[in-house]
Amino acid sequence: MSFPWARHYEPKNPLMKWVDDRLPLPRFVYNAVGAGYPVPRNLNYFWNFGVLAGVALVCQIVTGIVLAMHFHSDAAGAFDSVNIGIMRDVNAGWFLRFAHANGASMFFIVLYIHMFRGLYYGSYKPPREMIWLLGVVIFLLTMATAFMGYVLPWGQMSFWGAQVITGFFSAIPVVGDWVRIWLLGGYAPDDATLNRFFSLHYLLPFVILGAVILHIWALHIPGSGNPTGVEVKGEQDTVPFHPYYTAKDGFGVGVFMIIFAFLIFFAPDYLGHPDNYIPANPISTPAHIVPEWYFWPFYAILRAFTADFILPAKLWGVLAMFGSILILFFLPWLDKSPVRSGNFRPMYRIAFWVLVLDVLILGYCGGSPAEPVYVILSQIAAAYYFAHFLIIVPIISRLERPKPLPNSITEAVLGDHGGSRISESAMSA
Amino acid sequence: MATLEDGVPPDQTVGPGGELLENPRRRDYLTYAAASVAVVGAGVVVLPLVNSMNPDAATLAQSSTEVDVSAIEPGQAIKTLFRKQPLFVRNLTPAEVAEAQAVPISELRDPQTLEDRTLEGHRNWLITLGVCTHLGCVPLGAGEGENRGPFGGYFCPCHGSAYDTAARIRQGPAPKNLEVPKYAFTSATVVVVG
Repeated sequence: MSFPWARHYEPKNPLMKWVDDRLPLPRFVYNAVGAGYPVPRNLNYFWNFGVLAGVALVCQIVTGIVLAMHFHSDAAGAFDSVNIGIMRDVNAGWFLRFAHANGASMFFIVLYIHMFRGLYYGSYKPPREMIWLLGVVIFLLTMATAFMGYVLPWGQMSFWGAQVITGFFSAIPVVGDWVRIWLLGGYAPDDATLNRFFSLHYLLPFVILGAVILHIWALHIPGSGNPTGVEVKGEQDTVPFHPYYTAKDGFGVGVFMIIFAFLIFFAPDYLGHPDNYIPANPISTPAHIVPEWYFWPFYAILRAFTADFILPAKLWGVLAMFGSILILFFLPWLDKSPVRSGNFRPMYRIAFWVLVLDVLILGYCGGSPAEPVYVILSQIAAAYYFAHFLIIVPIISRLERPKPLPNSITEAVLGDHGGSRISESAMSA
Repeated sequence: MATLEDGVPPDQTVGPGGELLENPRRRDYLTYAAASVAVVGAGVVVLPLVNSMNPDAATLAQSSTEVDVSAIEPGQAIKTLFRKQPLFVRNLTPAEVAEAQAVPISELRDPQTLEDRTLEGHRNWLITLGVCTHLGCVPLGAGEGENRGPFGGYFCPCHGSAYDTAARIRQGPAPKNLEVPKYAFTSATVVVVG
């Protein structure tokens, strides 16, 4: 859908007209990210992060395709092809690899901000549930892709990460061991594992790209949300995506690239783990296995279960870890408040910031060794995480008395002056 | 299709007013039959794709390992590889054997006696996979000077699982004892595992 006042595509030169008549791709682009897409006029910088996630995905695909040209996917040669071949021998290989490794971190940074933006501003609420559901699918696919990519350099953390993560599946009752052996293609991570992970690591980004297209398609049905959570009521509430938000997003991309470049050139290994510069050794486990930082909150939830309760502790940990993401699929139906934006929900706003803090605590515990103090802290934080979605949010949405909403986006932006404009146009409409 | 009257085309039937109607049952039958063939066909094609991801012949071929245990003194252990997984071969001291035998079986998460886990006449030889049953790390305790944990057997540094001197799980998140592979002594000092 588009708003009735959306501008219509008119090809400016004969060639574009010729193309548009036969394949309306220029029209499609114009209506999707051009002047033909009306967007609320009041978006703040948190609305940059969807585009930034797209930019990060493209960076990963481009650097990844070139890196794949230099990578050897066999257990004997993978480590050297990365650490000697790509890092030392391939022209600018060090740059490509650091861009790809830090690009994954940048991807997750913007993804997490994008998701918390959605949580704060109620972006998952009707009529935008499908966008949110597709977003959770993209998140899961991105996690799978990142995990398999981390295995490819075949260092100690790669190998033991593969061992531990595929070990999750052995927690499944009855068929678990068979599933794990099937996933690995052997009894321990080896050539078969490395090759299939490489194959899937190359495939999944394109699956993500497909899911992103669906995500944007679903977004264009109701149009973008906005910080007030009030729906667009008339033309005065919107501006065309181009040039207004292409410019604003362009500025965001500039800031993103500065931070990205800083990581690549000045702190390329800051977010990595030094043990991954040790070649994989199947008979020696590193003293402290940790995944990459972006998995720490989930790793903490996994480790929080230490006692058997009906089911074995190991199965509980795995169920809770997957459950902590799957629960997001149900959020549109757990939060019944008709008010979208956290700006007008005094209780929800507090719960939101406590959740942010809770996830940061989980992340800190997930990156720490499995010592009692961190385990207890993870248990409390994991319990709170689930309580937030299953208890606190549903209760708040019943009890809370929201603040009065502005009559329109324009009123929120311009105050009384805008209010009079909207009432005039509402009467004329 | 005994209800079909003479002269009515096979894909049609006679309605209540004598008019010819399409025979829905015949259409449904064809649709279901065609769809079933397609589903079975798809299943038959998926099977080799899924099966190809199982361990291949080369992986399965490494299924037995011979270990010479003559150099392992009581109290010592070695790490070797069995099916590309770490294998612990440990020569228990008489004190460790007695300690394992003294544990009441009711206290165990995965109840097994030392006798279940070692061979008659070779009670001091504790042969297990070095794969923690929690998430697959290699526990410490087989190497010289490594931390053997609070129960004197093995200790997994990843998530804190502790095993006793029969490699039984005693503390931490692991659900099972360290796996004992099939093995046999072919002489006093040679073990064939697998």
